[in-house]
Amino acid sequence: MENANDILEVRNLKINFKTYAGTVKAIRDISFDLRKGETLAIVGESGSGKSVTTRSIMGLNAENAVIDGGTIMYKDQDLLKKTRKQMDQIRGRDIAEIFQDPMTSLDPTMKIGKQIAEPLIIHKGMKREKAYAQALEMMKLVGIDNAKERINDYPHQFSGGMRQRIVIAIALVNYPEILIADEPTTALDVTIQAQILDLMKELQAKTNTSIIFITHDLGVVAGMADRVAVMYAGKIVEYGTVDEIFYNPKHPYTWGLLNSMPTMDTSGTELPSIPGTPPDLLDPPKGDAFAARNQYALEIDTKQQPPFFKVSDTHYAATWLLDPRAPKVTPPDPIIERQKHYAQLTHEAIDKSRGKHIEEQEEQL
Amino acid sequence: MIDYSDENKILQVEHLKQYFNVGKPDEVKAVDDISFDVYRGETFGLVGESGSGKTTTGRAIIHLYEPTSGKIVFDGQDVSKLRTKQQKKHFRREMQMIFQDPYASLNPRMKVKDIVAEGIDINHLAKDDADRSKQVEDLLETVGLNRDHSSRYPHEFSGGQRQRIGIARALAVQPQFIIADEPISALDVSIQAQVVNLLKKLQRERNLTYLFIAHDLSMVKYISDRIGVMHYGRMLEIATSDEIYAHPLHDYTASLLSAVPVPDPEYERARTQIPYDASQEFDGKDRKLVEIAPHHWIRASEDEIPIYKKRLTEPSRLQK
Repeated sequence: MENANDILEVRNLKINFKTYAGTVKAIRDISFDLRKGETLAIVGESGSGKSVTTRSIMGLNAENAVIDGGTIMYKDQDLLKKTRKQMDQIRGRDIAEIFQDPMTSLDPTMKIGKQIAEPLIIHKGMKREKAYAQALEMMKLVGIDNAKERINDYPHQFSGGMRQRIVIAIALVNYPEILIADEPTTALDVTIQAQILDLMKELQAKTNTSIIFITHDLGVVAGMADRVAVMYAGKIVEYGTVDEIFYNPKHPYTWGLLNSMPTMDTSGTELPSIPGTPPDLLDPPKGDAFAARNQYALEIDTKQQPPFFKVSDTHYAATWLLDPRAPKVTPPDPIIERQKHYAQLTHEAIDKSRGKHIEEQEEQL
Repeated sequence: MIDYSDENKILQVEHLKQYFNVGKPDEVKAVDDISFDVYRGETFGLVGESGSGKTTTGRAIIHLYEPTSGKIVFDGQDVSKLRTKQQKKHFRREMQMIFQDPYASLNPRMKVKDIVAEGIDINHLAKDDADRSKQVEDLLETVGLNRDHSSRYPHEFSGGQRQRIGIARALAVQPQFIIADEPISALDVSIQAQVVNLLKKLQRERNLTYLFIAHDLSMVKYISDRIGVMHYGRMLEIATSDEIYAHPLHDYTASLLSAVPVPDPEYERARTQIPYDASQEFDGKDRKLVEIAPHHWIRASEDEIPIYKKRLTEPSRLQK
């Protein structure tokens, strides 16, 4: 691994899908790291490649997926080079996933106790009694009431929120190193969503699991993520810490996403929206894929793909606007508001660290 | 501004009850005695979690169900008392619906022009074929699609475009009232804003009235003039959207609003969710909707009214 703090390193990943209409370039050269114990959120609209990325990590891509290059390093091993049998060993033990719809990811004909105990029996060769005892512990941990009486119930006997708790119990029963959560709360009501998100944070603190959190809800991202990667048309266009992405975004697509979500304070007759629709990845556009929908697009955007420009040590954005030669543009008003807030935040942080520094010096004296 | 006088009421829902499997052991009281009015030109948002009865309410209003009891008066007419074919046809022209799932709500075997023109044909609104085509093409343009999209099939469109087709179909018969049941929840964030802007624009241009059913509270707040909060088939609180955020009187409303994720990391780090104990709704007290302040209704018992009156004067319980 390049960095000792990383649990997963994805480098130059390219994935195509062979279809009757031609080759769909679903992932077009993405690289990112997942650090131990952190939550990395991947945001983007449908078709941007979020789910294909995580399915590649799990080794669950469809038959017609072709890996066109790149590596996915987990503990010094390239997951893309593993055979199906080897992946069966890793999946559910080292890397587990929570899917969007709890009704389709649970087996309706199997008692939930068995479903939670199954990963232990398969991966750890545990005896039935011991596995069921651990499953029961897990049910209590994820907050299923009367766990003992309910261990022999079937999924249909639970509400949507409880079912998602069961799915989380199955995913975490082996204490995986990486948990992939693909829109885990999209099918749930806001009050239940809040409970499930709190539960995930609580369990993460206990198990130190790294989480890749996929969602299109920026509100959820703000509450869950340590770092955020924004995807558009099969590429990562911006990544940084959660504060950097929400308070100091640099890519016009990130601006558009943040603006098009009304907050409780939004009023006025028109909501800022991103015009048009995402490009067809059968034939991705030359240059910046977002150019056609981007009011700040430069001429070079239609000709050449922008490289990543560094904003800070942790913050990078792929937009030509950050090139020193680019004309200065004024971001939309709400974004300027966010940036003002960021300036305030970082000043506070600097002041705080200065204060700390002085205290340390005093102590030394 | 919306005219909130009695003459301007377009829809009155009075003590509506909608039960299923009546008299059987699995009887469900999906909607249990709710009353509210909708005024001409406004957007009334209906929120609540799944199973709260908001969709059932919408369907009962458009008369997809026969109400168990209660009255729905639309434009001065009791919807349950429409007898002649002509009356029913008129009602269905005046009230239209936009559905949640743009994939399931368009017939995959019909061309866009036939989907949009179905209502035009049934109501004989076109003089001849040329007029029919023109109307369809104008409608497509109104909702932001191309005129030449009319001879395509639904599968050739994205989710957002399909939802626009659904809107064009609803507009084809020139309705006054549109029920939109979760019209944007199946769409991507960047497309949601486009569709919401379109709905607002159409409302301004055609003086439409919307019943907007959704669970995305920040979007409902943005689009609605007034909001009704439902829980367990009952209406708990009704107020203007600003008022309901400034003074969420009912504990359930406050709890629901406090659970909405906000795209602001600092806010999220400081989030405090207001808990809610639903058992307080089932303590056997006799409760009904009371107008506690102008246009602010709350389901309360006699002894709770002073408590809520006091709450009105206190600052919001929600995080700033």
